[in-house]
Amino acid sequence: MSGFPILSVMLAVPAVAAIACLFAGDKGARWIALAATFVDLALGILLWSDFQMGAGAPQWQFVEHVPLFDMGTAQFAWALGIDGYALMLIVLSVFLMPICIGASWEAIQKRVPEYMSAFLLTEVLMIGTFAAQDLFLFYIFFEGGLIPMFLIIGIWGGQNRIYASYKFFLYTLLGSLLMLVAMIAMVLMTGTTSIPALMAYDFPPQMQTWLWLAFFASFAVKMPMWPVHTWLPDAHVQAPTAGSVILAGVLLKLGGYGFLRFSLPMFPEASAQLMWLVFALSCVAVVYTSLVALVQSDMKKLIAYSSVAHMAIVTMGLFAFNPQGIEGAMMVMLGHGLVSGALFLCVGVIYDRLHTREISRYGGLAINMPRYAVLFLLFTMASVGLPGTSNFVGEFLGLAGVYRVSTITALIGTTGIILGAAYMLYLFRRVVWGDLTRDDVKAMPDLSLREIALLVPIAAAVLWMGVYPESFLAPMRADTARLVARLERAAPAGDSKPTPGHPAAAPAHGEAHGAAPAHGGAH
Amino acid sequence: MSPILAIVFLPLIAAIVGGFSNKSFGTAFPKIVTTGALLIACALSWPIFIGFLNGTSEATVVPVLHWLTSGTMSFAWELRVDALTAVMLVVVTSVSALVHIYSWGYMSEDPDQPRFFAYLSLFTFAMLMLVTANNLVQMFFGWEGVGLASYLLIGFWFRKPSAQAAAIKAFVVNRVGDLGFMLGIFGTFLVFGTVSIPEILAAAPNMAGSTIGFLGARFDTMTVLCLLLFVGAMGKSAQLGLHTWLPDAMEGPTPVSALIHAATMVTAGVFMVCRMSPMFEMSPVAMGVVTFVGAATCFFAATVGTTQTDIKRVIAYSTCSQLGYMFFAAGVGAYGAAMFHLFTHAFFKALLFLGAGSVIHAMHHEQDMRFYGGLRKHIPVTFWTMMAGTLAITGVGIPGIFGFDAIGFAGFHSKDAIIEASWAAGVPSAFWVGVFVALLTSFYSWRVVFLTFYGKPRWAGSEHIQHAVHDAHGHGHDSPDTHGHGSEHANAPAQEDSGHHAPSATHALHDHAPEGTAGYHPHESPIVMLIPLLVLTIGAIAAGFVFHGFFIEPEAGERFWKGSLFFNEHLMHAMHEVPMGVKLSATIAMLLGLGISWYTYVVKPGLATATAEHIRPLYTFLLNKWYFDELYNFLFVRPAFAIGRLLWKAGDENTIDRFGPNGLANVVRVGSIGAVKLQSGYLYTYAFIMLIGLTAALTWVIAG
Repeated sequence: MSGFPILSVMLAVPAVAAIACLFAGDKGARWIALAATFVDLALGILLWSDFQMGAGAPQWQFVEHVPLFDMGTAQFAWALGIDGYALMLIVLSVFLMPICIGASWEAIQKRVPEYMSAFLLTEVLMIGTFAAQDLFLFYIFFEGGLIPMFLIIGIWGGQNRIYASYKFFLYTLLGSLLMLVAMIAMVLMTGTTSIPALMAYDFPPQMQTWLWLAFFASFAVKMPMWPVHTWLPDAHVQAPTAGSVILAGVLLKLGGYGFLRFSLPMFPEASAQLMWLVFALSCVAVVYTSLVALVQSDMKKLIAYSSVAHMAIVTMGLFAFNPQGIEGAMMVMLGHGLVSGALFLCVGVIYDRLHTREISRYGGLAINMPRYAVLFLLFTMASVGLPGTSNFVGEFLGLAGVYRVSTITALIGTTGIILGAAYMLYLFRRVVWGDLTRDDVKAMPDLSLREIALLVPIAAAVLWMGVYPESFLAPMRADTARLVARLERAAPAGDSKPTPGHPAAAPAHGEAHGAAPAHGGAH
Repeated sequence: MSPILAIVFLPLIAAIVGGFSNKSFGTAFPKIVTTGALLIACALSWPIFIGFLNGTSEATVVPVLHWLTSGTMSFAWELRVDALTAVMLVVVTSVSALVHIYSWGYMSEDPDQPRFFAYLSLFTFAMLMLVTANNLVQMFFGWEGVGLASYLLIGFWFRKPSAQAAAIKAFVVNRVGDLGFMLGIFGTFLVFGTVSIPEILAAAPNMAGSTIGFLGARFDTMTVLCLLLFVGAMGKSAQLGLHTWLPDAMEGPTPVSALIHAATMVTAGVFMVCRMSPMFEMSPVAMGVVTFVGAATCFFAATVGTTQTDIKRVIAYSTCSQLGYMFFAAGVGAYGAAMFHLFTHAFFKALLFLGAGSVIHAMHHEQDMRFYGGLRKHIPVTFWTMMAGTLAITGVGIPGIFGFDAIGFAGFHSKDAIIEASWAAGVPSAFWVGVFVALLTSFYSWRVVFLTFYGKPRWAGSEHIQHAVHDAHGHGHDSPDTHGHGSEHANAPAQEDSGHHAPSATHALHDHAPEGTAGYHPHESPIVMLIPLLVLTIGAIAAGFVFHGFFIEPEAGERFWKGSLFFNEHLMHAMHEVPMGVKLSATIAMLLGLGISWYTYVVKPGLATATAEHIRPLYTFLLNKWYFDELYNFLFVRPAFAIGRLLWKAGDENTIDRFGPNGLANVVRVGSIGAVKLQSGYLYTYAFIMLIGLTAALTWVIAG
């Protein structure tokens, strides 16, 4: 595979298809989009299977480097290459893409070629973000990824779509400008735009703080972290189903990926120094957005708020500075990408039938839509982090990592499992349980074959990640080890600091129980 | 292939096959698959248990699949079989197999039988994963898996709002406990660097004197870890404070109550404490807390049990109380006795629940004991089996005095062992609570028997019976269950209807509804329901005297447990040498309770009402279950919704959005650029700014 520029091909296929769609009819555009996303899925699987793991495997694989033009000492280059983190996020993206196209198959009837084109462009930019190894190339993909999303919300969205995309835009703009300034400063200082080189560069601690804050402004909005999360519920509510799927599934992961790629390895001291800020905002987010999710009457808003709470576990885990925290955060990102995507699809299924997201309009779907009920239950349980599903692995590892540095943060983060169960089961109760009382609800047919084909692969992946997460953790292991090693000099000690105990006097039973009231002293 | 693989995974396969089987196969196919799988699992479990009884088996661990590795944390799916697991294996598979069989009769009217049997088997799988866990994370998997099955089965009749609420409550309250369990696992990993149970237990004895930081203060390490884990146990085993879900869980079909909410799942907390007993032994404080919580629950639940009128709720509170016994046994260090009571309780409590189900079946879904009475002759098999269960739970037997060996029903051996152990361990407070609760247990258990089977029929006041009699005109009185409760339940045949008589003080004071049969003829349950009752009757009679040697006798116990739990031989010796007064105390308490119950409900039937009127405040307090639900509603449920609404409206909309994006928009509008223009141009603005920014950046860099 050495000579084959697989990453560039993965970018080119949807890019070419995006242009082709514009010249096709509605039906042709659908099929072109589906074919292109399937080709990318196949390439993604190839990427995964060819990815080298274990001792001696290079950190950056499938590397491509074409210098574009010189900028003094630095060089702007078409530089691509992935490590384990990028690999898993690319696999997530290419996995969700055909599902998004399938979800839009019937729901989108106006301007189909443009819509498909926008989606394919999103795919290009997402893969590009994860694969870019040049700072400015990354910036273009990272910020550009939002343009097709604006279009998707602004053109194919709901009634209040203009307000939603405006909010989305305003938040993102501020963060992206600060990030750009920081990037320029970094290039001026180091004379390179190569991300791998920057990841190994030791910035002076004072400067790290400023750079960290500038990047934080951008990533925190993308996550989104409290209190810059309010664009997300509106964006989700207004976006078409597939737009929500890709927004929750992949675009929300850009922030986490940014922390992992930039903030932590490039600014270890600043990360340690500002860990309290991340923990504090994350703690607020878990409790705050979970409680807000509890009182939502709009299904999409509820799931959107739950996303903010889940993403808070990601930020906590990333800043735990240990393998469990970081890998847990990655697993939450992957798991949440699947599960929230699936939940938005589930909302889309019934929205397509009744054209309302109002929870109280539904009820009793278990009776006339049993297949739907089973799948919705599975994704609900995955969302609350039931062991055996993807989200448990992530939340468990992430919070275990957090516990090692801050017990109070872990405690508050873990309350998310209680609140999460409350709002998700309350949602499930109102939508799926109860009696069928309304005629229009009674008339809703169960899942079609197309809908089953969209949901079942996600269900299988969710269970796979829960039962055998090794497939997903193994590619990231070496990267985590490198990252943890790099962070070691700044890693906080944690608040537990257990002291060693006294070795037991006698190995077996019968010690210390000379007299019958062995536990008398305790009471 | 190791039989344990078949025992654990057959129920899972059966659940999947049965649950997803095509409707056109009919209901028989999933029933046969699930019941068959459980019978095989049960048949394979007993030889394992017998192997440990006669000392030929050794602890084994069967690997299944690696689970995950992250840094130094690594664990696998694996099945551990030792004596402690073997006890749970026979309990779980036997009761589950019997409940499957029973459900053929009990659920025969329900259109959703495949779903029901699939859930039952799924539950069994999760429970087996829990008891065979060799690491804490797999235990947590089983822990949450049984929670899921419990949620699904409580909410099985999902059309009923009360069942929906009860299901959510069960899951969420359990999650509060799980919070503790999860933090306990995190802490354990931090301290021991592993989640493998044998490795943790091997390292635990070296932890004396270790301290750890937790939430900003320093505590004894083992105390913190044990108490965190114990919070998990409290949730699953419905201990005081986290018990509120268990009585409501009676919304589920009665076979579910017997299997999950009596015999198996709710005992998982006790099992966990016993499994981790070498850890708990390192923390006297944690042991003290376990004893206190156990004793407090034991007392609390028994007091409430004396006043409830719903037959299932009485038995539910009785379960809660018996779990309290198990915990305080563990708390004083008598883990063998705790497991022994768990073992015997599984049989007699499953029996009592299934018996209650048989009564409910006979009484056309009426669950209120005020409308029972005089059923002894109508449903004799149910009566005699319930009698055996009651003799077992109240602990009827002849204490081992005057040189004779003690002999009695199952609960006699196990409960007396707990009471004697608490005395021998030097915890007289727990001892006195145990004795007093033995009296209460006897009182409320006999109250059930007397109100149900003795006296004159009081059926006429029951809506269910009236429906039945009314319906019977149409299609003969041979099948009173055929058509639900009349028209308003037409879609949901055979649903139970607890909770429709809300316990209001005034209503409940009439312990005696008007007498009369209303022309109704109760029928004994079909044979498939009676067989499990009869099998469990054998357990309720014999499980105590057959097995007590292995569980609690000093030498035999040490040989049986083989270190699978912390077996305190000295305590077990001391337990057998307690003064005669101590040995007799539980029996005396039991006889007193029986006497009071007999006098109140049989000899002078009006006395209960009069007494309740006399001590009205106390009676109301108990009838309302110490007002825990009201308190939690006030403290947690309503504030959660209120704060959620406040944060949403006042936080997100009126603060963040107002001063954030909307505020900016207003500024822009004031600046006369015009919101419309901005909104239509946002995309181009954005792209423009991005490109300008990038160009500027590149220029700057190049120039620099």
